[in-house]
Amino acid sequence: MTVQSSATSMRPVSSGGASLKAGFADPVFDAQAVFRASLLATAYPGRVVPFDRALAPPRPFSSATAALCLTLMDFETLAWLDRQAASDEAVAWLRYHCGLPVTDDPMKARFAVVTDALSMPRLVEFHPGDVEYPDRSMTLIIQVSSFTDGPTTTWTGPGIKTTAHVSIGGLPFWFWSDWELNRELYPRGIDVIFTNGNALVGLPRTIAVET
Amino acid sequence: MSAGTTTIHSDTGYNFAYLDEQTKRMIRRSLLKALSIPGYQVPFGGREMPLAYGWGTGGIQVTASVIGPDDRLKVIDQGADDTTNAVSIRRFFQTVTDVTVTESTEDATIIQTRHRIPEIPLKEGQVLVYQVPQPEPLQKIEPRETETRKMHAYAEYGAMRVTLYEDVAHFGRIAKTYDYPAVINGRHLMSPSPIPKFDNPKMEMNPAIQLFGAGREKRIYAVPPYTSVRSLDFDDHPFEVQTWKGCCALCGSTVSYLDEVITDDKGSRMFVCSDTDFCNTRQAKAAAQPKTAGEQS
Amino acid sequence: MAYVAVKGGEQAILNTLRLISETRRGDPAFAELTLAQISEQFGLAVDRVMTEGSVYDRELAALALKQAQGDVIEAIFLLRAYRTTLPRFAVSEPVDTSRMTIRRRISATFKDIPGGQVLGPTYDCTHRLLDFALAAEGLQRPQAGLAAEPLDKDVPQVIDLLGSEGLIEEESDEGQGEIFDLTREPMSLPAGRDQRLQNLARGDEGFLLGLAYSTVRGYGGAHPFVGELRLGEVTVEIVPEELGFPIAVAEIAVTECQMINQFRGTAAKPPRFTRGYGLTFGHNERKAMAMSLVDRAMRARELGEDVRYPAQDEEFVLAHTDNVEASGMVSHFKLPHYVDFQAELALVRQLRAEHMAAREAQTKEVAE
Repeated sequence: MTVQSSATSMRPVSSGGASLKAGFADPVFDAQAVFRASLLATAYPGRVVPFDRALAPPRPFSSATAALCLTLMDFETLAWLDRQAASDEAVAWLRYHCGLPVTDDPMKARFAVVTDALSMPRLVEFHPGDVEYPDRSMTLIIQVSSFTDGPTTTWTGPGIKTTAHVSIGGLPFWFWSDWELNRELYPRGIDVIFTNGNALVGLPRTIAVET
Repeated sequence: MSAGTTTIHSDTGYNFAYLDEQTKRMIRRSLLKALSIPGYQVPFGGREMPLAYGWGTGGIQVTASVIGPDDRLKVIDQGADDTTNAVSIRRFFQTVTDVTVTESTEDATIIQTRHRIPEIPLKEGQVLVYQVPQPEPLQKIEPRETETRKMHAYAEYGAMRVTLYEDVAHFGRIAKTYDYPAVINGRHLMSPSPIPKFDNPKMEMNPAIQLFGAGREKRIYAVPPYTSVRSLDFDDHPFEVQTWKGCCALCGSTVSYLDEVITDDKGSRMFVCSDTDFCNTRQAKAAAQPKTAGEQS
Repeated sequence: MAYVAVKGGEQAILNTLRLISETRRGDPAFAELTLAQISEQFGLAVDRVMTEGSVYDRELAALALKQAQGDVIEAIFLLRAYRTTLPRFAVSEPVDTSRMTIRRRISATFKDIPGGQVLGPTYDCTHRLLDFALAAEGLQRPQAGLAAEPLDKDVPQVIDLLGSEGLIEEESDEGQGEIFDLTREPMSLPAGRDQRLQNLARGDEGFLLGLAYSTVRGYGGAHPFVGELRLGEVTVEIVPEELGFPIAVAEIAVTECQMINQFRGTAAKPPRFTRGYGLTFGHNERKAMAMSLVDRAMRARELGEDVRYPAQDEEFVLAHTDNVEASGMVSHFKLPHYVDFQAELALVRQLRAEHMAAREAQTKEVAE
């Protein structure tokens, strides 16, 4: 192995002076495995896609949230963090491992990380992409309390053969009605990846959800 | 075939799968957006690869961003595993990843292809990576990207239909035989790459993940599993695929896409399967059959 | 005769690799070229490979030329593919060409200029007679005389002398922060001048030369004057974040062309001169001049001129300058197309059969 990520070749620094938690044990293969999980999650929405690359995440991230950040984000992706996710520990960790630029404006960001879903902004506050470039839109990572004990919803759309029954727990009451509005923007729209423990559920903008 | 599965080439001096991690992340982000907007071409910061543009650089960048040490890779060109370009790309990945390669469609986890979809139905979780020379289905009508971008934004595909109908007026049929445009998920017009229209129906509701990479034009797009793929047609001239009068001269298949082979200089010809794995598997099964029946000649 | 499907692609590829290595070497009775020989004696070819390959490294460019048997476009491709794998350490400060160590500097607009005209090395004044003396080795080389005094350290740009009268437009970056980088982002239209200039700098010299030529043959209405053409060494500086001030990291040779073009003016703007800009690595005046002409032609939209000719059409020009892209696409038609050709073959047979049948039916009708 001759190549390592530029981030890991620097010295760890943390704003609080405390030592930072490590990133991936193997930056190349772990990122590949987690990406493959996120590819499957996006391709087969509604399925719980686990992966076997655990890491010690910074508070308040779950292992899946942290792994997804390491896999998808870097100095080229402006990110927005909700108040809970923007803990000193998490921000220092993201800055160090991803070189991540952080913004206060959810409309400008390409990624957002929400760990306190009940207090998250309404979906219209995130960028849905442009008419000619619908890909320039928000990817929202929402860390949820459960993939099984929420109210059961019925999903249909690309990637789902007939229907999928999904029970995401810990979402705000308005979430699914906002999602319906997001669908109306198509082909613009935001895309969501839910995280819990060491698993993902994808919710691309194409998916219709009945509650 | 490569023996190892997980070792990394330290002697090449390159990262696993050639691309650096930052480039892979950029392509991976594009792939997720491509799956989220089926058939829409996502612009990406395509890199210059050590193989020529037009020879699969888009497909190679997609495969390099997806592949991991546990994958089994199959590479085909014109349906065949042993055409020189397929061999060359397979050798590239053997050098830079050392993954297991296979000719078996069923065993492969990633299949990189040029101009064909394998005959054997794909399964969930398999990834089919298409090499795309020209991703824009509207380019022959409107060469300007600034215009085609607007046409896609507002789903203005009338000009494409007019072009196809001009064929009907002139020839009595739609005279498009490959790279036959299709509407994905009821919204985006997409080039399926220069596969024969014979393969278009295989894209529809396919359980596998279909990813398309155009290196020179720097575009990535996708057809997610279980997605509607409607080949453009007219009520009075419905879409139809190629058929052959005969069967494959080697395996006898009557359901596969056949290549014409000229066998002498007097115009004699025969037809054989373009999908070599499909054909070889059928031939092997046929050869094994008399043995299992206990008959030896 | 039984048909056997063609196999052995793998063996054929291994053989072709050996064959090109053999033909590259040529007759082993002759000494093998060294990279130093290529770099020193094929210096202009090295300059072109560095420019269009977007890497300033004479030794790598010489290696690419050696490996490509002197095929310049193939060498550019090799260098580009290598460039992909290089990490990016920093972005340099803009180079200041007015502080160039000048080897050559001419202006076609004024007879005498501050700092003086410096002819320097150029083939312009040579007679293109094959010099048979060069065919012999070990030729005694004449020595060029040295000037009595060194040139000034700072040599102002001729084109800026027009600025004081407002005769020529100001050059500005329009407050743009980050510079577009085509090697990391796909082309984006309409393109800013940064994107256009980067594209032209990497673009094929022959293609740009032809386009530039067209602009002065009625397909672009250019009336150009070489304000200044200069060749020499410039310092490349970076500002490391931990230092906060610039440090020199390299000295590179560049050729710069400032082309002056007339602008007829509009209702809002009085007539004045406008600029076209060209810059290459090493010594390449043909490329720098062609680049500056095409740059000016592509500014038609921004200057409110009609976009009527190919060289003014940025989408046409930008999409077709790159010779690595172009040669890839053109050469890919060598790849097998059995499958799509088969599809077309079947269609043409069918259409011909239908055509014949229709004609037969027609003649029958007429006969009846």
